[in-house]
Amino acid sequence: MPAVKETIETVESIADYEHGFITDIEMEMAPKGLSTDIVRYISAKKGEPQWMLDWRLAAYERWLTMQEPSWAMVNYPTIDFQDSYYYAAPKAKIELDSLDDLDPEILETYKKLGIPLREQEVLAGVKGAPRIAVDAVFDSVSVATTFRAELAKSGVIFCSMSEAIKEYPDLVRQYLGTVVPVTDNFYATLNSAVFSDGTFVYIPPGVRCPMELSTYFRINAADTGQFERTLIIADKGAYVSYLEGCTAPMRDENQLHAAVVELVVLDDAEIKYSTVQNWYPGDKNGVGGIYNFVTKRADCRGARSKVSWTQVETGSAVTWKYPSCILRGDESQGAFYSIAITNGHQQADTGTKMIHLGKNTRSRIVSKGISAGKSNNTYRGLVSAHAKAKGARNFTQCDSLLIGDQCGAHTVPYVEAKTPYATFEHEATTTRLSEDQLFYCRQRGLSTEDAVALLVNGFVREVLQELPMEFAVEAQKLVAISLEGSVG
Amino acid sequence: MLNINNLQVEVGGTPIIKGLTLQVPAGEVHAIMGPNGAGKSTLSYALTGRDGYEVVGGTATLNGEDLLELAPEERAAKGLFLSFQYPLEIPGVPTLTFLRTALNAQRKARDEAEISVPDFMKLSRDVAKKLGVTPEMMKRPLNVGFSGGEKKRMEIYQMALLDPRFMILDETDSGLDIDALKVVSEGVNALRGPDKGMLVITHYQRLLDHIKPDRVHVLAGGRIVDSGGPELALALEADGYDRYKDAA
Repeated sequence: MPAVKETIETVESIADYEHGFITDIEMEMAPKGLSTDIVRYISAKKGEPQWMLDWRLAAYERWLTMQEPSWAMVNYPTIDFQDSYYYAAPKAKIELDSLDDLDPEILETYKKLGIPLREQEVLAGVKGAPRIAVDAVFDSVSVATTFRAELAKSGVIFCSMSEAIKEYPDLVRQYLGTVVPVTDNFYATLNSAVFSDGTFVYIPPGVRCPMELSTYFRINAADTGQFERTLIIADKGAYVSYLEGCTAPMRDENQLHAAVVELVVLDDAEIKYSTVQNWYPGDKNGVGGIYNFVTKRADCRGARSKVSWTQVETGSAVTWKYPSCILRGDESQGAFYSIAITNGHQQADTGTKMIHLGKNTRSRIVSKGISAGKSNNTYRGLVSAHAKAKGARNFTQCDSLLIGDQCGAHTVPYVEAKTPYATFEHEATTTRLSEDQLFYCRQRGLSTEDAVALLVNGFVREVLQELPMEFAVEAQKLVAISLEGSVG
Repeated sequence: MLNINNLQVEVGGTPIIKGLTLQVPAGEVHAIMGPNGAGKSTLSYALTGRDGYEVVGGTATLNGEDLLELAPEERAAKGLFLSFQYPLEIPGVPTLTFLRTALNAQRKARDEAEISVPDFMKLSRDVAKKLGVTPEMMKRPLNVGFSGGEKKRMEIYQMALLDPRFMILDETDSGLDIDALKVVSEGVNALRGPDKGMLVITHYQRLLDHIKPDRVHVLAGGRIVDSGGPELALALEADGYDRYKDAA
């Protein structure tokens, strides 16, 4: 492929010409901006086959014709897409000399979460720390190999997306982009063109995945990066529980994140997908922080298939995220359990779409939004039933809790039923964290902060219970930490 | 024990307590009776430190320590307990979780070791048995879906578990039927002791048939206008509060 090689050389010479690279990581970063050359460069860097490159290029061409969506209730300065980097190899993060150089508030949070020092260094990206620390914390070699061996025994494929493109091209080509099409939306299309890496999971027919799969354990194997792409396939009768993210705030130089997650669920299969998202929300004045524009969708293709999304969203300056279920198979079931916490100047517009296409399909939505400080928290959800979705049922419960008097909570439900044989229920409440309750707790000896943590954890309990045990305990701590200082 | 001297309290700029003086020595139970709007609940909130109940004059000490300087949770850790007239519901928080968190917070504030889970379970079961609190009630979120009487019983249950030194009971008898009143009163009486004090705020005499006070005070117009032995409560029951109208 001389053309590709030429592109790499061209891009590298541009890189040399265009200032702005730190010398020792020169080779690992493409220049700012987006063009077909950059797309080719990314694909070449990863050694991708021609079909993948063509797929990316088609997405890029499409993206050029699209407009950034503006319907969400979030405000942020216009993003200059030509002023971002679209390829940075894992170790190209700006390294810190020691933890002393880190934002003291993040350091404080690490302490409260009880994260060991060496692990803190990994999360923060301290120079020289990564490999040793990861080994020390996760015992990466043994853990990884034990896991792999055990998974391989049951035929489960769990690897990075780059690896899957090379090792399992048939599976990837069969499913990639079939749930979230390349043309789906502005951010998903951008992701399709420039995705950096992500996770690939395939569970063969009838296999119950012997362990919870988690990206956290994969942290050393491949850095997920800015434009993550995840594809999980549960073949007939298979089951898998997947955990994404971690409770510790990750320091990240990239402001723009646009991930795509696709889940494919065949007959009688089930996927449980849990997320804890705690990216940098910006400082007290609302400066900085991650913009998180995510497209997550599950396709319940098979009869009696099941999907549940559980999310705890506490980070990012702007969150735009609607994990959805297409209930295509007859009697398939979708669930969405969400805790979204905004504090300071954070903005979250999040919710779900339950699209009932098959007969007797069921869905359940439990959303708990908590707003504090000067933040805005919007639940936006669609429940729809196709003409053929006889006997479709949905139950939606949407609760908002306000802390203080400068924040906002908004609920925007959309309901469409094209069959008279569908039953949709919607319950919504908005409450303020009451002075009465706080005083009651304090009279019993709890400090204001402990009281807020207790009351809020009570409010979100129903959702926390959906998380895998060890994750739930961490998430509970995180809920308390994210609201610290929110009550005077 | 509890020493209140010339206490003045305002709510939203309006004076409610206008110079109240009261001493409750250790080992005694005092009752405060009075007409609606006399300032009974304001007194209990001011003593426990609720926001919005502004002390503009006077002092209040517990065992010589200034209460008014302390945050509500610090007063709780010093052993001050208020049984609420209208107990709050805490959704999603199991009763036992709430109580263990509260007990440990108080112990921590007093530099005591946290109670272990088995010890706490034993303690909570023993106390529950005495007060007719069912295991089912202890597992439910605190006060959620409880009847008025169950909530009051839960207040006394909390009081017994936290083992405070000074207890304020605000209209504990309201919402209780005769049988429940008996159980609750027995529970309260069991908490009396030579180093403990109690202030029982009530509108009616009937509670004082079960919890016998050492002294009875009449609160009207923000001041103590009369004090006497238990016989004063009986007189009030017969004659009403009309004769104190002018005194206020």
